Amino acid sequence: MNTTRYVLVFVLALTAIVAVLLTSLREATKVQAQLNEEIFEKRAILKAVQDHLGENVEVDNLSDDEVLNIFNSSVEQKVLDMDGSEVDGMAAEDVDMAKEKKKPEEDRVLPLFIYSPEGSADNFYIVSVRGNGLWDEIWGNIAFESDLNTITGATFDHKGETPGLGAEIKDNPTFAKNFKGTKIYKDGAYVSVEVKKGGAQDETHQVDGISGATVTADGVSEMLYRGIKYYEPYFEKARSK
Amino acid sequence: MSETAVQEKEPLLAFGKNEQKLLSDPLNDNNPITVQVLGICSALAVTSLVVPSVVMSIAVVFVCAFSSLFTSLLRNYIPKQVRMIVQLVIIASLVTVVELTLQFLNYPIYKQLSVYIGLIITNCIVMGRLEAFAMANKPWRSFLDGVGNGLGYGAILIMVALIRELFGKGSLFAGSGIEMKIIGASTDYFINTQTNTWFAWYSNNNLMVLPAAAMFIIGIFIWIQRSYNTKLVDIS
Repeated sequence: MNTTRYVLVFVLALTAIVAVLLTSLREATKVQAQLNEEIFEKRAILKAVQDHLGENVEVDNLSDDEVLNIFNSSVEQKVLDMDGSEVDGMAAEDVDMAKEKKKPEEDRVLPLFIYSPEGSADNFYIVSVRGNGLWDEIWGNIAFESDLNTITGATFDHKGETPGLGAEIKDNPTFAKNFKGTKIYKDGAYVSVEVKKGGAQDETHQVDGISGATVTADGVSEMLYRGIKYYEPYFEKARSK
Repeated sequence: MSETAVQEKEPLLAFGKNEQKLLSDPLNDNNPITVQVLGICSALAVTSLVVPSVVMSIAVVFVCAFSSLFTSLLRNYIPKQVRMIVQLVIIASLVTVVELTLQFLNYPIYKQLSVYIGLIITNCIVMGRLEAFAMANKPWRSFLDGVGNGLGYGAILIMVALIRELFGKGSLFAGSGIEMKIIGASTDYFINTQTNTWFAWYSNNNLMVLPAAAMFIIGIFIWIQRSYNTKLVDIS
């Protein structure tokens, strides 16, 4: 049996050594790790405007530097409050959607990315939405055309949906592709886009669901309805300009 | 002085029959999953795709090998009253090293696996080997034992994942540079069930993507292994 004193000294020394080693490793890798995360998120945003990046440009094949370059040169970032007014002094990429989701609705801020391809007068508005799937959170980036009604692309991601079922919102490129061309207004009223179990009947406002993933699909519908609605005040202002 | 004498007889990094057995035993006769039935939780959870399973296996080999090494190095100094806490500190530190390295090297894979990497800490195989082997053996042998058990775990994981991904998703190695789309209802796949009349009946098995499928597959592995390796059969 060891004395209490020896046990204490041993445990404290071990903890101290481990703490120093891990902190140094974290500090040494921190810059690159944060950059990786930033690029990962920017890639997801650019993927929503995949069809407007130029011919034969695939976001997945772009190098990290190219992703950052496109962002610096062609993407304008805005942060909006719930009334649709711009918040000064913040960049959209600094908005943490997971934290915003926990705030009361009226205190949240919304990130908005405006992509303007070089040599084109078009603007594409990319909004971020976040909701709940079957097991955990799901989120997405939705890109709109200049009319702020027609969806031109979308990307989805999730924390823990079932691979092969709910996870198909991310893994199956067809799911996101089906959103292209859908519209969020029907006869002037906001209806959002619904993921329809059994197949879309109204292809302007519905997309096909995923078999075996009804709860995740309903989560996507709910996330889109609520998440895009947050941006409505801004859309109204932008359209009347 | 007697210790140095022993070391001269047996080189520090000896690799004889005994050492080979440390590596090969966990692959068959003493497999952590199919014989000891440890580490089942993550074997059910991560095996729906091959690529995450491979990364998970590498991570477990690393954690298992180095936690055995460090525990064995410290085995004569670790106070017996708190030995499990100390083992846990060593395992948790190594898992954190894996997490930080993945964030640094391949962020998308880190995103995909993050929860399960953290759960290596609770993988019974790692702590089981520390308690059963590393606390009583020399560093080099403990290290080999850790590598062997990590590989035994990884081998089962990857075999299960190959079956589940092929029959559940119709692809192999999805999410990596060498993704192979084998069978499915689109022109991207090698066997297109829409045009191929022989396979028109085929559709992916949705059970395969659920963790329950891994339980059945591991059960079948255990059956096959015991039917040719009769010494594993418990007749009592």
